[in-house]
Amino acid sequence: MQAIVQQFFNFGIMAKALPLVLTGLRTTLLICLVVIPLGLSGGVLVAAISLSRNAPFRRITRLLVDLFRALPPLVLLIMVYSGLPFIGIRLTPLAAVSIAFFLNNSSYYGEIFRAGIESVPSGQWEAARSTGLSATQTFLFVVLPQAVRNVLPDLVSNTIEVVKLTSLASVVSMPEMLYSADMARSLTFNASPIVLAAAIYLAILWPAVRLVSRLEHAVAR
Amino acid sequence: MERFVDTFFKPSILASTWPAIAKGMLVTIEIAVLVVITGLALGLALAVLRTLRNRLLDFVIIIFIDFFRAIPPLVAVLLIYFGLPNVGIKIPSFAVLWLVLSLVLAAFAEEIFWAGILSVRRGQWEAARSTGLGAGQTLAFVVLPQAIRLAVPPLTNRTIAIIKNTALGTVIGVPEIINNATTAVSFLGNATPLMMGAIAYLILFAPIVALGSFIERRFAWRR
Amino acid sequence: MRPDGPIIDIRGVYKRYGAVEVLKGIDLAVAPRELVFLIGPSGAGKSTLLRCCNRLEEPDDGSIWFDGVELLAAKTDINAMRRRIGMVFQSFNLYPHMTALGNVTLALRKVLKKSRSEADAIGLAVLERVGLAVKAKSYPNELSGGQQQRVAIARALALEPEMMLFDEPTSALDPELVGSVLAVMRDLRESGMTMLVVSHEMRFAREAADRIVFMDHGAILEQGPPEQLFTAASHERTRAFMAEVVR
Repeated sequence: MQAIVQQFFNFGIMAKALPLVLTGLRTTLLICLVVIPLGLSGGVLVAAISLSRNAPFRRITRLLVDLFRALPPLVLLIMVYSGLPFIGIRLTPLAAVSIAFFLNNSSYYGEIFRAGIESVPSGQWEAARSTGLSATQTFLFVVLPQAVRNVLPDLVSNTIEVVKLTSLASVVSMPEMLYSADMARSLTFNASPIVLAAAIYLAILWPAVRLVSRLEHAVAR
Repeated sequence: MERFVDTFFKPSILASTWPAIAKGMLVTIEIAVLVVITGLALGLALAVLRTLRNRLLDFVIIIFIDFFRAIPPLVAVLLIYFGLPNVGIKIPSFAVLWLVLSLVLAAFAEEIFWAGILSVRRGQWEAARSTGLGAGQTLAFVVLPQAIRLAVPPLTNRTIAIIKNTALGTVIGVPEIINNATTAVSFLGNATPLMMGAIAYLILFAPIVALGSFIERRFAWRR
Repeated sequence: MRPDGPIIDIRGVYKRYGAVEVLKGIDLAVAPRELVFLIGPSGAGKSTLLRCCNRLEEPDDGSIWFDGVELLAAKTDINAMRRRIGMVFQSFNLYPHMTALGNVTLALRKVLKKSRSEADAIGLAVLERVGLAVKAKSYPNELSGGQQQRVAIARALALEPEMMLFDEPTSALDPELVGSVLAVMRDLRESGMTMLVVSHEMRFAREAADRIVFMDHGAILEQGPPEQLFTAASHERTRAFMAEVVR
């Protein structure tokens, strides 16, 4: 028991590791600030394309979406970071992370937005168009807001996944929170820094997880 | 163009490396199957425990599921993999990966099953109890069959997402697909194994996703 | 078997929901083979009282005696008691994942531990009784509302209860389907079943009930044979209600 506390809850080591871990946290938040808006916009774009009347265009997009949802995000990241240099494209960890996550997240967000858009009754489109609004205006001002409200729990849930996904950036040596914590671990031979990082992740994500539960139960009733 | 093929699809490497990739696929499948079985079983068991409406038990269960839904799986993997040996518990990396992913799946599955149980109308409970069926019998024969069918769509999606995390095994040395692929890449100085790895994942997951859709269509049930 | 006395004897039952007193000291006894109708405005507590009879609602005070057993006592085996009291719900509550026969035989197999063939035989017989043996293999979503309710009645009857509780059995039905359910209820009455019915079907009450009980605001205001309440009710509120409802 004593050994467990020593190994996992060594506050002395946590205190020493804290500055490093907090620097990592800043990087984690930076990644989030880049990746989440990119993913959301990409998702809206994907969903909009799914409404397009151009069948080949729709089908290719659909194929790409399935492709990027089938590949594990880590694999995609490794391919972008380690594979592209072989054809002369050398990306920074942040760029690789951004691209890989953009491709992955746009697909997931795209599916969510698409389901949301389909849940808006066609009468809404008809009403808006009949007052002279263009297709784009209808989409942006009438349909999308309602779609978002319908799938809000899924959107929040997916965003939580994206935040968790940032921990994968550690695999390509990006100094985000997990990477920093793991470095502290290897320097001290003690897992407490990782417990510290875990606690910070929980502090950020736990309230969000509770929120999603509440949203889901509200929608279900 | 030729350079592209040579970089990503070099025939000689395709021939020499595919056994390693295939072995990786087997490992990935093994872990995935085990995770699905233990994760779903545990998730269902926890949801059933919540029907007891015991405050303390509910509290413990909710803490557990919130924890594993909030924590990035990689963090949990590293924590257990590096931490436990230092307190004298040696678990092989395969087992660490299986353990973490099972617990994560159980946490998400519990919420989904619980939501399913809650959606079964109260009238079903009342009708069954009014014919003299006990609480356990009502749960087993009337409520759970309905709850599980309601849970199928979100569950298939979530399960597929979680078993993709088997790729995390590469970080702790589990010989799954991407691990074997990157090893081969650094050994051979060519990106072909990487492409093979990606294709291996697609080969693996396309049928899984199709199976998921099939299960959804066959067993799911929208009221 | 049973001494002469009520099948069910409700004494001094109180029920509160938060600050609202839904049942204020109800005393009601139902004799064997009686068909008692509970009527009254919504919120009067009729359904609540009915549901207390098989403990789907727990009274806060009072006692309910069924064949010498105090239903509300802690050591009473409520599952065993519920086998002897059948209930039919306003929203039918058929199990959607089972056929009509499955619905009817579930309790026979799990509670009475009958073999599948025994249970099926009983199930078919009781479905025949409500006129739906041909629909034994149909699922609830393939049946009309009236058919579903009749299957629900069969489900309750299969256990051979000594008494049946009906909670607004026809309120959720389209008008043209009501008749088929009332026909089954009439038939039950002819065969001597004790029935406690909450319903707005006044014509049925007039022709079939032995006693009508008028409830208002959680108390029994008046009770008596149908003709008495329909034509010569003693309370102003009863008369007002009857006038509205009979219109």
